[in-house]
Amino acid sequence: MSTRKHVLSVTVRDQPGVLYRIAGLIARRGYNIESLAVAQTETPGFSRTNFVLTSDDETVEQVQKQMQKLIDVIKVVNHAEAPHVDRELMLIKVRVSEPDARVELRQIAQDFRARIVDVHRDALVFEVTGDAGKMNAFIEQMREYGIVELTRTGSVALTRTGAESSPNRKPARAA
Amino acid sequence: MNGAAALLKALERQGVDTVFGHPGGAIMPVYDALYDSPIRHILVRHEQAGAHAADAYYRASGRVGVCFATSGPGATNLITGLATAQMDSSALVAITGNVALPLIGTDAFQEADIYGITSPVTKHNYLIKRVEDIPRVIAEAFHIASTGRPGPVVVDIPKDIQLAAFGGSFETTIDLPGYKPTLKGHARQIRLAAEAIRAAERPVMMVGGGSQSSSAEVHAFAAATGIPVITTLMGIGAYPAGAEQALGMPGMHGTVTANRAITHCDLILGAGLRFDDRVTGKLSRFAPKAKVVHIDIDPAEISKLVTAHVPVVGDLKDVLPRLQEELGTLDIREWWDTLTDWKGRYPERYKKDKPLVSQEVISMLREATGGECIVTTEVGQHQMFAARLFPTSKPRTFITSGGLGTMGFGLPSAIGAAFARPGEQVICIAGDGSVQMNIQELATIYKHQLPIIIAICNNGTLGMVRQWQEMFHSQRYSEIHLADSNPDFAKLAEAYGIDGYNVFDRDEAKRLIPEVLGKGKPAVINFVVYESEKVFPMIPAGAGIDEMIIGDQEEEKVEVKA
Repeated sequence: MSTRKHVLSVTVRDQPGVLYRIAGLIARRGYNIESLAVAQTETPGFSRTNFVLTSDDETVEQVQKQMQKLIDVIKVVNHAEAPHVDRELMLIKVRVSEPDARVELRQIAQDFRARIVDVHRDALVFEVTGDAGKMNAFIEQMREYGIVELTRTGSVALTRTGAESSPNRKPARAA
Repeated sequence: MNGAAALLKALERQGVDTVFGHPGGAIMPVYDALYDSPIRHILVRHEQAGAHAADAYYRASGRVGVCFATSGPGATNLITGLATAQMDSSALVAITGNVALPLIGTDAFQEADIYGITSPVTKHNYLIKRVEDIPRVIAEAFHIASTGRPGPVVVDIPKDIQLAAFGGSFETTIDLPGYKPTLKGHARQIRLAAEAIRAAERPVMMVGGGSQSSSAEVHAFAAATGIPVITTLMGIGAYPAGAEQALGMPGMHGTVTANRAITHCDLILGAGLRFDDRVTGKLSRFAPKAKVVHIDIDPAEISKLVTAHVPVVGDLKDVLPRLQEELGTLDIREWWDTLTDWKGRYPERYKKDKPLVSQEVISMLREATGGECIVTTEVGQHQMFAARLFPTSKPRTFITSGGLGTMGFGLPSAIGAAFARPGEQVICIAGDGSVQMNIQELATIYKHQLPIIIAICNNGTLGMVRQWQEMFHSQRYSEIHLADSNPDFAKLAEAYGIDGYNVFDRDEAKRLIPEVLGKGKPAVINFVVYESEKVFPMIPAGAGIDEMIIGDQEEEKVEVKA
């Protein structure tokens, strides 16, 4: 079975313990998630959890169905099924060992449309947004300068307007 | 009125009249309020038994079972019962006390993270933080437990909330935007299902636990279409095993006919079942020639293990009659000729030339009752023998732990069934191993003089483990011997004030069973049976459903023309 990247958006009621339920379900059914991001939505009382997993379509379908069974889950959208935008945010602290490096780093940052959010004699902190591919490319570029530390939010996604998939997909592949 | 009294009133409004439970520190206000409540409380001797009894109360009656436990150890003792109910989709509401809100998270005396611990083994759970929420949460808990695919719900109530003054209303509306079970089957899917079934030459219907609440629809469907019916362990009773169209139980210890029919059929109509591994054996060898039409109320069960060619999400009550209307009588005479031939060649039978065997005891019990009783079982060889030789013919009368396989379930579940259906004979078929896991409940049976007969098939060993060790572990019998330290079960029963009998041979068994049944009193009958009896047919773990070990009968190669 072929695997691919899936970004799932799970809209949940903002109840205590709801993240616990989702994380617990993922853990006990043995699904492997790459990232998880959770925050409030446009509607008070509802949160949206975005998570990324690389898996075959059958497994992801089962994840979706199990998620949907949770009482506090309102809807589950798999963005891999429709055109969508996904972004994540990374903060990355890079060592500045020599003056030349500072100039080079500024240039690379410009190319990636990254912002410098903290400046120190020995290090710079960049803020980068984009998809996972862009994050990885930026990290590669920074390696030779020396990455002190980095942190990423994980992907968040929205389906493009006019391409919304049904919140409750047909439960199984019909014959 | 305080929170505890509000809780009891909310339960009353749900129609609750019986609760199983055990008091303790963090649930004392509820027990205090119980003192003035019309709700009948059945004191069990262990919280696990309370959960099993409440679970069986639902299974026997279709009414939500309720149990109470205190915080910490009281609540953790419920876990096995909750997991059992979750696996077998049984509607149960468990109310637990917890330490006062300000103490939660401080490792207070008898504190446990009940919400966290019970999440993975329940359909849903609640921790109440405001006393006004009690009526709404109770209403939601009952709604969630009993609708869609039923399951257990835990409501955890801190002690200060139980004591707080209640000024709220009991008029509540259920607001669960994320919970809307699909009951009505999609018309197109039903049409596709009908097309697939009509095109089949060798169809079989498989019904599971989901059919217990739709037994009438299953009967009508089978009668109208003439389709052969296979009944899983959880489906026993929903369609009578003795019916002409019944092929018996499938799976690891299923009948030759049922398993063979699965292997050779060209269509399976699965109704209210989840294709559990004990039913399917190795998935790649399960029904290799069959198209699968799967009807279930839980969309997550469809194509979870066995890929459904035609999925139908909905309640059997809605889907089966509509499907039946589209189908009419199926022309499957040739298939029936083959099935009838198999049924004739592999009847249920066992050898009697040895000392008394469990299978004989169980058959005698069925004969003596005429099958008119509620059967509960523990877990092990006797459970499989009961499923094969004592399958009841009415829904909600065969109560057994299928999914979780919980030893210790049979005795307390007999209590739950006896309270759910007063006046009916309950027979708990047990082994000498499993009966000891909740034997303390003899006290509860004595106190209420419940008409329960506990029939222990005592082979002095953990029989199912022994069977596996004999067959798959080179007869290296490890930690299975019980005979050297079993109690005298008759004396044990008597110590609890219950009639106890030890039976050593078949004549005695034959004489005693009707006599004890006639008394209508609780009794423990300890049948000392042959040690190395085995359950056959058997599909070894991980093998295919077509790789049955039939026991003393040689399996033969069968050809069914496709």
